[in-house]
Amino acid sequence: MNRIDQRFAELKSQGRRALIPFITAGDPGPEHTVGFMHALVEAGADVIELGVPFSDPMADGPVIQKACERALKRGVRLSHLFEMVREFRQTDATTPVVLMGYLNPMERIGLVAFADQAAEAGVDGVLTVDMPPEEADEVGPLLKSRGLASIFLVAPTTSNARAATICAHGEGYLYYVSLKGVTGSAILDSRDVAEHLAPLREMTDLPLCVGFGIRDGASAAEVGKVADGVIVGSALVSRIAENADRPEVIAGELKAVLGEMRQALDAMSAA
Amino acid sequence: MIDFNPHALLATCEVSFVSKFSDLTRLPDARGHFGPYGGRFVSETLSFALDELEKTYLSLRDDPAFQAEFDYDLAHYVGRPSPLYHAERWSKQLGGAQIWLKREDLNHTGAHKVNNTIGQALLAKKSGKPRVIAETGAGQHGVATATVAARLGLKCDVYMGAADVQRQKLNVYRMRLLGANVIAVESGTRTLKDAMNEALRDWVTNVDDTFYIIGTVAGPHPYPMLVRDFNSVVGREARRQSFEEFGKLPDALIACVGGGSNAMGLFYPFVEDDEVVMYGVEAGGDGVETGRHAAPLASGAPRGVLHGNRTYLMSDEGGQVSDTHSVSAGLDYPGVGPEHALWKDVGRVNYVAANDDAVLEAFRELTHVEGIMPALETAHALAYAKVLAPTMSPDQNIIVNLSGRGDKDILTVAKIDGIEI
Repeated sequence: MNRIDQRFAELKSQGRRALIPFITAGDPGPEHTVGFMHALVEAGADVIELGVPFSDPMADGPVIQKACERALKRGVRLSHLFEMVREFRQTDATTPVVLMGYLNPMERIGLVAFADQAAEAGVDGVLTVDMPPEEADEVGPLLKSRGLASIFLVAPTTSNARAATICAHGEGYLYYVSLKGVTGSAILDSRDVAEHLAPLREMTDLPLCVGFGIRDGASAAEVGKVADGVIVGSALVSRIAENADRPEVIAGELKAVLGEMRQALDAMSAA
Repeated sequence: MIDFNPHALLATCEVSFVSKFSDLTRLPDARGHFGPYGGRFVSETLSFALDELEKTYLSLRDDPAFQAEFDYDLAHYVGRPSPLYHAERWSKQLGGAQIWLKREDLNHTGAHKVNNTIGQALLAKKSGKPRVIAETGAGQHGVATATVAARLGLKCDVYMGAADVQRQKLNVYRMRLLGANVIAVESGTRTLKDAMNEALRDWVTNVDDTFYIIGTVAGPHPYPMLVRDFNSVVGREARRQSFEEFGKLPDALIACVGGGSNAMGLFYPFVEDDEVVMYGVEAGGDGVETGRHAAPLASGAPRGVLHGNRTYLMSDEGGQVSDTHSVSAGLDYPGVGPEHALWKDVGRVNYVAANDDAVLEAFRELTHVEGIMPALETAHALAYAKVLAPTMSPDQNIIVNLSGRGDKDILTVAKIDGIEI
């Protein structure tokens, strides 16, 4: 069983919600990323989404754009990400790692090489922001045959017919984008999220995780009432940005932000 | 990589056609692919809007009332048809083929860009959206968008790279006079590609009330198709005018290529005329061999995905999009329309590059010899005409798409001359 499926099965049996942090790999420097990943796990991360830096992150707001710029300035490439995951796996064999990014860097090194190296490094899933399932004919089977989950986005604008297609292609979990906008946008509306998740429940057994607009324990707990997991990115990445010139404090900052969300989520599911 | 053999595409002709390129007129396919290029590589939030746009366009494309409205606007607002002008003096000076200029510079707003914005503005009106956005490089597409927005009373925001805002000040102020809000984009390389990133971010946020008017034959499906269709009026007129003016098809067509909309507009109606040789001229910048250029096709850049489509894309070994360089803001773009990418592979069009120096020389030459000041983008096509014409005979004819006028570039050229205006 893929580590992602394993983790969601455990959470389900415990009646708990998944907490999924996102950080951009190599931000503020490649030497820090593995340490941050372990810190996130200590603070209660169930799955880690590792952002692949890209020069033109069209779906991201300023916070993650700048994170990409910091990482690219340090020359971070996919080969470094694979090294990071490999190193992370030396001491953590259970926490699933998902690579999240744009198609071009993956295509440029070759999709077969990408899938081989990702699987070998210990990656569990891949979310390609600019690749809807209609364009995934080639990469989907390559990932699947290596035990890597293809994770797709569903948006508030997605029609039911499209959602059915996405559910049919999706593996691991569905990433529901809580609002129209880029990452790091306004606060989400949890009632609106609930309305959109209901029809998805009918279509799929995949865990439904919600991202965009989750900034603190309160918003995490709100979403946790209706979703199987919450994804938090910009709220963490902005802490990295604020402390980019003193990276030694960042792990502690990340733990504080994520820890508060973990507590709020667990309190919510226990209630 | 998708295994793609361009000759297999051509070999799939079941019926024998007059042209070996007939298949090229049946693209894109239902998913917006031109062979291995094109497609719809966008984040999920935009899929719905693109589906809607495609549906709207396909329902109107063959609607006589819509076509009539489009044609009326082109005739009475844009001033079409644009003349096919015989540059007799310049032809004689170059000592070879006759050069004919398709005068898109005489259109309202001064470039071919308005053909497309008129069409897309009609789509925006039909879809009832009160706001339009656009990206712009040289500012010509921004001006053309601001113009149609003013006419239809739509709110208009134009994204422009901060570096381009600097080098195209006249067009920036022109857009503001037209009532548009020009937003300088400070991210990335601060040029056209970054303007497009920011426009896409705006659209994903405001997709309910906003129509995105893309200015070139790139972007996610259906944009490459509909921008091509709206600009094809250029080639249809030129084809007809060729018979009127010199009684036969032209021997060669030349147009500059950034994203490739003016080239597509001129070339597309000639695609099945095998005897018409076509040249797309990209921005050679300091020279393709220096790496400081914006010529993905001529330099043979790798295949890549940016701004919603797969195409030839200048990127480094790690897949990061490369910085580009060109004296002209409008061609300063690392990718190119997907249909051009296919046309390169199947050998329908020859893609070449003109360097900044040759471009400036052609700019000055046409201005002096014919009294027509071209845009710096257009001057790329003229630079190649200077190379090609002398190799041909005086009874042969070349059509150059004079895609835009050069008033906007006066400050840039003055600066190169060391003159402060």
